Amino acid sequence: VTFEIDYLALAPELIVVATMILVLALDLVLARAQKYWTATVSVAGTALALIPLAVLALNDEVVSMFDGSYVVDEFALVLKGLFLVAAYIVFLMSHHYIESDRYYQGEYYFLLLASILGSMVMASSRDLIVLFIGLELVTAPLFLLAGWRKGDVKSNEASMKYFILGVLSTAILLYGMSLLFGLTGEVAFAGIAEATAGMADEPALIMAILFLMVGFGFKVAAVPFHFWAPDTYEGAPTPISAYLSVNSKGAGFVAMLIVMYQALPGLSDVWAPALWLLAALSMTVGNLSALRQSNIVRLLAYSSVAQAGFMLVPFAAAAVAGADLQEAFGATLIYLVIYALMNLGAFAVVIAGARKTGSGEISRWAGLARVDPILGVLTAVFFFSLAGIPPLAGWFAKFEMFRSVMIADPATIALAVIAAVNAVIALYYYARVVRSVWLDDPTVELTEEAGAAPAGSLRLALGVAAAVTVAIGVYPDIAGFVRDAAQVLATGG
Amino acid sequence: MEWFETWGLTVTVFAPVVGALLLGLINRDNESALKGTALAVVALAFIASILVVAGFDFGGGGYNSYQFEVNETWIGAINANYHVGVDGISLPLLVLSTFIVLLSVIYSWNHWDEPKNPKAFLILMLILATGMNGTFVALDLVLFFIFFEIVLLPMYFMIGIWGDKSPRKVPGFTKVVETRLYAAIKFFLFTLFGSAFMLLGFLALYFESGNHGGLGRTFDITQLTELGAAGAFTGTFAFFVFGAMFLGFAVKVPMWPLHTWLPDAHTAAPTVGSVLLAAILLKLGSYGFIRISLPILPEEARNWAPFIAILAVIGIIYGSLACLAQTDMKRLIAFSSVGHMGFVMLGIATMTDVGINASIIGMVAHGLITGLLFFLAGSMSHRYHTREMSRLGGNITLMPVIGGIFAFTAMASLGLPGLAGFWGEFMSLVSAYNPLDGLSLGVFRTAMVLGAVGTILTAGYMLWMLQRVNLGEPNREWEGREFHDADRFELAAWVPVIVLIVIIGFYPKVVFNSTTDTVTALVDMAFGSDATASISSLVKGG
Repeated sequence: VTFEIDYLALAPELIVVATMILVLALDLVLARAQKYWTATVSVAGTALALIPLAVLALNDEVVSMFDGSYVVDEFALVLKGLFLVAAYIVFLMSHHYIESDRYYQGEYYFLLLASILGSMVMASSRDLIVLFIGLELVTAPLFLLAGWRKGDVKSNEASMKYFILGVLSTAILLYGMSLLFGLTGEVAFAGIAEATAGMADEPALIMAILFLMVGFGFKVAAVPFHFWAPDTYEGAPTPISAYLSVNSKGAGFVAMLIVMYQALPGLSDVWAPALWLLAALSMTVGNLSALRQSNIVRLLAYSSVAQAGFMLVPFAAAAVAGADLQEAFGATLIYLVIYALMNLGAFAVVIAGARKTGSGEISRWAGLARVDPILGVLTAVFFFSLAGIPPLAGWFAKFEMFRSVMIADPATIALAVIAAVNAVIALYYYARVVRSVWLDDPTVELTEEAGAAPAGSLRLALGVAAAVTVAIGVYPDIAGFVRDAAQVLATGG
Repeated sequence: MEWFETWGLTVTVFAPVVGALLLGLINRDNESALKGTALAVVALAFIASILVVAGFDFGGGGYNSYQFEVNETWIGAINANYHVGVDGISLPLLVLSTFIVLLSVIYSWNHWDEPKNPKAFLILMLILATGMNGTFVALDLVLFFIFFEIVLLPMYFMIGIWGDKSPRKVPGFTKVVETRLYAAIKFFLFTLFGSAFMLLGFLALYFESGNHGGLGRTFDITQLTELGAAGAFTGTFAFFVFGAMFLGFAVKVPMWPLHTWLPDAHTAAPTVGSVLLAAILLKLGSYGFIRISLPILPEEARNWAPFIAILAVIGIIYGSLACLAQTDMKRLIAFSSVGHMGFVMLGIATMTDVGINASIIGMVAHGLITGLLFFLAGSMSHRYHTREMSRLGGNITLMPVIGGIFAFTAMASLGLPGLAGFWGEFMSLVSAYNPLDGLSLGVFRTAMVLGAVGTILTAGYMLWMLQRVNLGEPNREWEGREFHDADRFELAAWVPVIVLIVIIGFYPKVVFNSTTDTVTALVDMAFGSDATASISSLVKGG
């Protein structure tokens, strides 16, 4: 078999790889004070990678490589675009954070770029092996990055916990995949789908599916596999927490849905109830736990658990009711895109706020809006957007989620009601952050320095995220292409 | 004015929020520029709404024909459009909204609750105005939902930042928090709870509409109204959809037993916040019933009518009794809203043209009267630094002008004939005597009797409040204190309201002129033409 390689289709990945190598090389030759160049190169590299991506999107043709294992279609492009934009924002958040605290810079950006490359590979994968490689490439660098603040015990704990549970979940996932391969003799999704069509009551198959779900459950921190998330988020450098909650979670999420959707569509009787349960539990447990948090990063960690539950709702509901999965997939993707942007914004606010107040305790943020009203407004924008309050983008995500569960089936209606109640609970803790910033009287004197503007790169990150959050909220049609991308997948691109 | 025919409503709705953006650019220390800009945009919105009235063709077309209509694609993928328009029902409420906001800005001129910050307060007020105006003209369910929700954020901040700072125990917890914090989040959570279910109802309608009429799925209120009149939505489906929307609207109205956020929010809010909350925000709920629930789900509305009537009457009696137990002047006025909105809902529940006309004029009157009462309560507590009625007394000797206006407004509120409050209560009771054919006469006539008892109780607590606040000897603690009476900004804000209360009281046709034909057409369309024959002559003669 000869393989045709379309270099244009691979250009985004190749640019990221080139940037990685460049960063590593630069790190060798630069003097310590000049190391910030590695950040600049990384930012430029991700921005540059978006150019061939845009060209490919305009070309609008499906490129299938390596015997159909690696596909570049609209769906893959949208995801790659999302991962790159999110990475761009994470780099902007990292720049000042990493530089000012004297962490290793070159390696940091190298590892982060490697993880981004993994998520891009994952987006194009159409068989189990490429999917697995992509997913592990996303996760492995993060074991190190989570422990980057190595002087801090909490960061060590974060790294350790993430590593142990991450490896465990990888093993389970891989075991599930190998069972699937053993049963069908196929690794390609399409092949598996064909081979499993008539095997609904094969116990080993059910076990394979459950192993897969547990493995993915760990990756996306769905309840009851979420225990690592709050500790890891709290201990890791904040930009890495942001990356974990957006790129890494998003990659795991998409991987799970592609496998269910493309490889195992005939077995939705098996995985749909499990997905329903994951969604309901993640929303409820995530929200109820978030209510009790006093640390803002832990709050966001539990909030991201709950948000993952909301994201699962459309897919779980459609599958349980035996309805068309295509629309549900679109809703989930739209939710993912909007969530990514507003959650990155929220983490950027956390970085800026923590620098001003010197604390991640929500109570210590009291009165922050009085010294920095702009940061106050941004806090309100991102946290209320996460709560789904119009006219901020979050409403449309929730709206799409609710729209896709409108199927006359008791199980979906129950899920819709659970989601509606959870949406209200979520407001309470999101509003608590805003309350602290705007409504509460300061408990400690905020210093002069607290009024100063955040670093330029962080300002840019905040600005980009806020602009998109408001724009999508007012005119949701600009996110419409995401839905089209989901349709490509359905028509077998 | 062809341009205005198309974009007049858009100007009315969006002028305030554009103003809010402009305000964001002005330095916060430049107070006069801030106030001037805010006044200019709300005046623009008000003038635009008056021009809409001027260009409005009264008696034009049947129900479901709107004027000043715009219908542009907004979210193409789900067929949600920027569709706005007014008819005889929404017109008075739209004008009420722009009018009260204008007066609120004038009143705010030199009345800032702590911690001042006019810039932030005005920005919030302007965003609020856009949400309120927009709700009254939206003809698309998604658009309606967005405007309905936009009001939450500014009101949350208004209550939370400028609200009452006195401590309050949280029921069920040992901790004590400031009233403003408790009230703000309670308001937010209650409303969001209702609107989450309301959204589910809207979505259900959207999907079901795809199975009827062959036009595909739609959020368009006019199309859904047509489908509803043709009997598209019935049975269990309609029951659940009506129930979901009921939760959303009933929390906002608020109907007993979903009202508990209201006394807290009204009492804790800064003066202008209370005014806007009472005068306009509550109407978003009752307007939703008239605009959406009734025309789209007429059959189901008929099933729910007795239930709504019962809750409305409980609200009337409960609100009145609760008023009698209050010691705080502002809280008393807040509870009186529960009672007054009970009359509004009773009118709607009768499903007759008289009842719905009563509810609309009731909404307008309540907006004017209770808005004014909150202005007055705010101004008084600003001077006395207390709202405890036991410490007040002899107000009319200490501040003759404010005291006089207060007495007048209280009289209007208790439904004195010749003032605006009378029509809503009276006609709502009349309509309950003779509800839509097929509705239980027993329930509605009992409701009428209990509602009548409610009017007596209303008179009771209003007079009692007047006696404790206005009459008698001034309390010892005010001895030798000089109080400045109403200033020119207060008068500029209040006098127009007083004039309108009198005009509507003597000549309710200013409202009925707009509403009657549309309401009759609505009832015809939803419940058949025999339903309106009953006593429509009374309305037209009024």
